[in-house]
Amino acid sequence: MSLAGALHLAFMQRAVAAGVLIAVMAGLLGVFVVQRRLSFLGAGLAHAAFGGMGLGAFVIVSTGLLASGVGLLRHPVWIAVPFSLMAALGIAWVRQHTRLSSDTAIGVFFAVSVALGVFFFSIIPPDVNLGLSLMDLLFGSILSVTRPDLLVILGVAAVSVAFLTGAWGRLGYATFDDELARTDGVRSPLLEVLLFACAAVVIAVSSVVVGIILMAAYLVIPAASARLVSRSLLQMTVVSVLLAVLSTLAGLALSYLLDVPSGSTIVLTQAALFVVAAALSRRQKAGAARQ
Amino acid sequence: MSPHDGAPNEQAASRERDGRRAPAPEGGGRRAAPPVIHMHRVGVRLGDAVVLEEVSLEVAAGCFLAIVGPNGAGKSTLVKVALGLLTPQRGHAALFGEVAGAHPERIGYVPQLKTFDRTFPATAIELVSTGLRRRWPGRVTRSERELARAALSRVGAERLERRQLARLSGGELQRAYLARALVRRPQLVLLDEPAAGVDYLAEHDLYDLLERYQGDTGATVAMVTHDLAAARFHADRVLVLNRRVHGFGTPDEVLCEPCLEAAFGHRGHHHALAF
Repeated sequence: MSLAGALHLAFMQRAVAAGVLIAVMAGLLGVFVVQRRLSFLGAGLAHAAFGGMGLGAFVIVSTGLLASGVGLLRHPVWIAVPFSLMAALGIAWVRQHTRLSSDTAIGVFFAVSVALGVFFFSIIPPDVNLGLSLMDLLFGSILSVTRPDLLVILGVAAVSVAFLTGAWGRLGYATFDDELARTDGVRSPLLEVLLFACAAVVIAVSSVVVGIILMAAYLVIPAASARLVSRSLLQMTVVSVLLAVLSTLAGLALSYLLDVPSGSTIVLTQAALFVVAAALSRRQKAGAARQ
Repeated sequence: MSPHDGAPNEQAASRERDGRRAPAPEGGGRRAAPPVIHMHRVGVRLGDAVVLEEVSLEVAAGCFLAIVGPNGAGKSTLVKVALGLLTPQRGHAALFGEVAGAHPERIGYVPQLKTFDRTFPATAIELVSTGLRRRWPGRVTRSERELARAALSRVGAERLERRQLARLSGGELQRAYLARALVRRPQLVLLDEPAAGVDYLAEHDLYDLLERYQGDTGATVAMVTHDLAAARFHADRVLVLNRRVHGFGTPDEVLCEPCLEAAFGHRGHHHALAF
């Protein structure tokens, strides 16, 4: 079947919709993640989501929720989201109240979460069918997005995009210079907690679709590429979202045409766009130096 | 203008923390304007370290105050208390008669340039317009652009308008930050080591600009500096600080041997006294 024909298939339409929504959220969030030098945060929270999925899977199996008629309750994501949220708030607390740096705080939660995930997944009896494999969690399964999954992603996208666009000016100011922003009445510690909480929920929900390992790339590569070719924060934000959406659509198309996992083609497309942005940035710099 | 001493007024301090009006300074029957900066027995501890202890001062409108002292004397901490970024554990701090931090629009703050992140994508006009909008601008509006241009022009930096901050020299960056502080026509300009990392000429341009702004508007200027010669030449009041107040008065009164030796603990400041 041709690519155009495939777009008429319901599962492909859901994959495109979920991918675009995740790209918009990740593109917006990524600007602040990259400019605040929190690239490791994406990896840390994605792995926290893995710990949460493990805990969720264990709770679902041990409490009999697996037999529940409510689809969402059978999915470990409803435990992974609050688990990731707790991890994000823990990282924010350590950053604001101790002398430890971000990467150390994230590293601690990263390691503990992976250990918890491995622990819980290994004590679930192997004959239990969760409808979700470990490989799906690690590398994503965007083509198997269900309608309830899509509705959850849509809800999270509505809230996170409203927050990130509504607080954009204050987040940008606090990202530029936290102290300067606070002297002007911006409550930057609270904003940081909200940013981390937003990142945790977006990452936990999106990890199911694009995979834990690839989620970190989603948060970093489009925003980093955008930084290379942008002269202002607004421009960087717009370009970051556009690159994330473009790489998602191109990656999905390549995945279908080459019959390879979509997560890898999306990230490889992002990497290709990064190389193009780096080349454009070099040309811009050379042009500026000649003037 | 004198160091303020006396028993701490806990009720007044409590009223200030609640965000209500601070007590008016003692004075005659007519209601005098409150001092621009009022600190009463301010004490700050950061962890185990006592950074400020029993710091009391009053600064009247139109004053040019230089805050001097050795490294680690608590100068920047004092600025943070004045800005409302740090709440003192003891005593109280008020600006314009109200709790510190209550009126950011009346203050123009120039931070130490070493905190600047050169990877941030921004132009000088965007930085200056944060002084008007008090958040990062997506698009600088026409009226904001006009005001920001006027502020850049005032500091002799109109040509920097479209330049990326990352490409500015230390002196140019300092002018952009100063334009940001002045664009809102503040009644108090607070500067934390504004001359750090800039050359001699840029430093003296800065002092001239501050004096000109003060002359035009009657604003108060308070500046942390390591340059005792600049403090002597430009300031009309000097605060010599090393955790506690070692001197507060005119440059002639406090930039003297006993006062500086008490604060700095050695005689390495002789060259500055030669001015």
